[in-house]
Amino acid sequence: MGVSSAGEANSSHAAARIEPDPALLAMTGISKSFSGVPVLRDVCFDLRPGEVHVLAGENGAGKSTLMKIAAGVHTDYEGQIALLGLPVRFTSPQDAASRGISVIHQEMSLIDSMSVVDNIFLGREVTRGATARQWTDRSAQLRKAREFCEQLDLDIDLSRLVEDYSLSVKNRIEIAKALAFNARIFIMDEPTSALSGPEVEKLFALVAQLKARGCGIIYITHRMEEIYRIADRITVLRDGRHVGTARAADLPEAQLIRWMIGRELSRQFPVRRTAVGAVRLEVDGLSVPKPGGSSWLVRKVSLSVQAGEIVGLAGLQGSGNSELLWGIFGAYGKLQQGKVAIDGRPFDIHSPRRSVQQGLAYLTSDRKGTGLILGLGVAQNITLASLEAVSPSLWMRRSMEWQIADRHVRALGIRAADVRQEVATLSGGNQQKVALAKWIETRPRVLLLDEPTRGVDVGSKHEIYELMTRWTRDGFAILMITSEMPELLGLADRIVVMHRGRVTARLDHAEATQERILKAAMADELV
Amino acid sequence: MNEIPATEREILLDARGPRPAIEAPVSREKSVLRAAFERPWVRAVAPLCFVLIIGAVFNAQGTFFKWGTHRDMLRQVSVYGILACGMTLVIITGGIDLAVGSILGVCAVIFSILSIHLGWSAWTAVPLVILAGTTCGLLSGGMVARFRMQPFIATLAVMVFARGLAKWVSGGQKISSAVLNPDGSYKYVDLPRIFSALDHKILGENIAVVTLIFLACIGVCRVLLARLRWGRYFYATGGNEEAARLSGIPIQGVKLLAYGMSGLLSAVAGICQAVQEQQGDPEAGSTYELSAIAIVVMGGTSLNGGRGGMLFTLVGAMTIGYLEKILSINAVGEASRLMLTGSIIVAAVLFQRVRK
Repeated sequence: MGVSSAGEANSSHAAARIEPDPALLAMTGISKSFSGVPVLRDVCFDLRPGEVHVLAGENGAGKSTLMKIAAGVHTDYEGQIALLGLPVRFTSPQDAASRGISVIHQEMSLIDSMSVVDNIFLGREVTRGATARQWTDRSAQLRKAREFCEQLDLDIDLSRLVEDYSLSVKNRIEIAKALAFNARIFIMDEPTSALSGPEVEKLFALVAQLKARGCGIIYITHRMEEIYRIADRITVLRDGRHVGTARAADLPEAQLIRWMIGRELSRQFPVRRTAVGAVRLEVDGLSVPKPGGSSWLVRKVSLSVQAGEIVGLAGLQGSGNSELLWGIFGAYGKLQQGKVAIDGRPFDIHSPRRSVQQGLAYLTSDRKGTGLILGLGVAQNITLASLEAVSPSLWMRRSMEWQIADRHVRALGIRAADVRQEVATLSGGNQQKVALAKWIETRPRVLLLDEPTRGVDVGSKHEIYELMTRWTRDGFAILMITSEMPELLGLADRIVVMHRGRVTARLDHAEATQERILKAAMADELV
Repeated sequence: MNEIPATEREILLDARGPRPAIEAPVSREKSVLRAAFERPWVRAVAPLCFVLIIGAVFNAQGTFFKWGTHRDMLRQVSVYGILACGMTLVIITGGIDLAVGSILGVCAVIFSILSIHLGWSAWTAVPLVILAGTTCGLLSGGMVARFRMQPFIATLAVMVFARGLAKWVSGGQKISSAVLNPDGSYKYVDLPRIFSALDHKILGENIAVVTLIFLACIGVCRVLLARLRWGRYFYATGGNEEAARLSGIPIQGVKLLAYGMSGLLSAVAGICQAVQEQQGDPEAGSTYELSAIAIVVMGGTSLNGGRGGMLFTLVGAMTIGYLEKILSINAVGEASRLMLTGSIIVAAVLFQRVRK
């Protein structure tokens, strides 16, 4: 099958017609609207055995909705779904699961406080018993679970609690659980968003195994490198419409981006002319102990950030780079070892509250968990860290608050119907911009950004890069963590690489390459 | 700091072209009724209207249409309502305060001892009692804020402790105008003026003083929540504690203030209870904490924290108050009344959850 491209309206039908062999899953003419607002219009999608089919598109393109229909979450839709050529209509997620469709969630669906084996068989316990088969057969469960885990090269203690394991292991436990349900279709929605490099490799190896078993994998991701590493075919959705389906080999990156955004991204990263000023943030020998433990999360790290500069803080999972920012910001409370200075004045690490007052801002990597207050409105979130300014006499000045919010909504291009709209109802990119606006409103001297573009669509990513560039031009100092290599190389003036809590490399923009960064991120010594 | 604001304001004011297109989040095709029920206040008022309609139908030979019935309902619900004010503050911060009923008991007893037995003037007795209630509240708040105890456990402990304190202070006796002499006989003293002043109906006998106190409490808490900076802190802490902390919000202070306010309001309720009963009963206020929670929940304030408001609690108090009143004017027996009240609370909360 060749490229069935964006001749728009009819292309989706073309994709379905060219397809000869019976697909694992075939969705044709799918339309869906939420209370009158169409989110999917006549979308076609199919999945063959043993392939990875990447579903791409900006946030809000309809990917999640399409997958929720495939997984039986949304049951009121127009169009047909066929499993191995037989038409079906799922009545519930359980129904879809029983027919072999498994969703590997972005947010884990495992129960932390239960053992691995109990999780694997949750809702499908192996039972025995003379009459009603109401007794759980623990030994049989253990035996079967061990089988599945061996197939996945997962060597763990099955009777321990899930919470004892890392995210990447949890990810594989979830796949083992799916295998226990005889799943043949795997829907993976950004499965690598919380994984480090080597863990991603493990996941990809697993995906290859699943392919070899004849399973089909629908893979949603925002990371370009991943798409080309893993995809056999790519389908692009835009604004709820099917734009095109093509073999990965036949779809160059530039073309894919064009399909996704409908415009050419001339250059992904804005060109910055750095006019570096005085040192704004100076960290000298800072160590962060593990809370309640004797080991160290961060050990004797020194670095400095100058005004108008973006310093990238690189590192794989467990490098301690997030913990370093967390520590500088005072989120762990007082720290015994090391000194921090802002604008040359010693800064006493005490609490986030003190840090905010002293001109630090920290955008956390988890905007839903630690960044935003989802139940509050856009304006309320934007002013959250600078409420003293909005209420000099304890009394809230609402009109002032709305003005401030309105200014940021315009300046950052936040797409919201109203500044009072709950942020929970915004898309990921817009939520991230609200979180950024909250910190810019505190007029900080130093911005600590932890994964500023995580879970954000391509268009918003680009806007966030532009904003960061603009802020450096205005003299902010930015210390940024990102797990996306192009972002690091494209934005940072200097790169500090960490491994297991220590700095292992300091690289200038000119000398930084992917290889050098990765080498340093995996090395124990300074390179 | 000074150099940034000027340039920073410029870039922010430098709006990038026209305003972004506004996405319509709600379709016009959605039925008006449904859209209306997505508004929290509609969902809060609907059960009240339902109860009022029931009252209009089962009006007990017109009793329901007399102002006196409504006045009495408001008077009877006032003590619960004052407790519910404090409860609302705590629940919005994501906690729960089980100690309000016991603190009410302690405060009723202390107030009665000070003013009836010891003959203190109201000007000293009332502030001292309020101080005592606030201290009890701060005790809960301190355990929750400083030692990160679960609110349920911390306030359960204070609830038990305060009940014991009420019994110890009173010697297990009701503190009334009958004072026990050393020789075993009783001496009767006059009730201080504050008792009759508060347990009184004013404006041509049309409204009870305790009702006015209740409404004042609602008003003060409403200003705190909706108009002051600390109110925003309350919602933020209840909505997402970690995000609030990382935004520089003093969450320990928020919790202390919430539980402290709850204790203070419990003391106010205790004084009202004492003047209505004309005595300080160490058992006063048992299970009142549950009624207060029921009122808050009936109003639609989320037990998860971060959502709700004082006016919802006012509506919730009236709903529960009318419900009780209608059942009592129709001479429904206590057993059926409790069962009906329980069922209606469940129905109302289920109804409020209907969204989408």
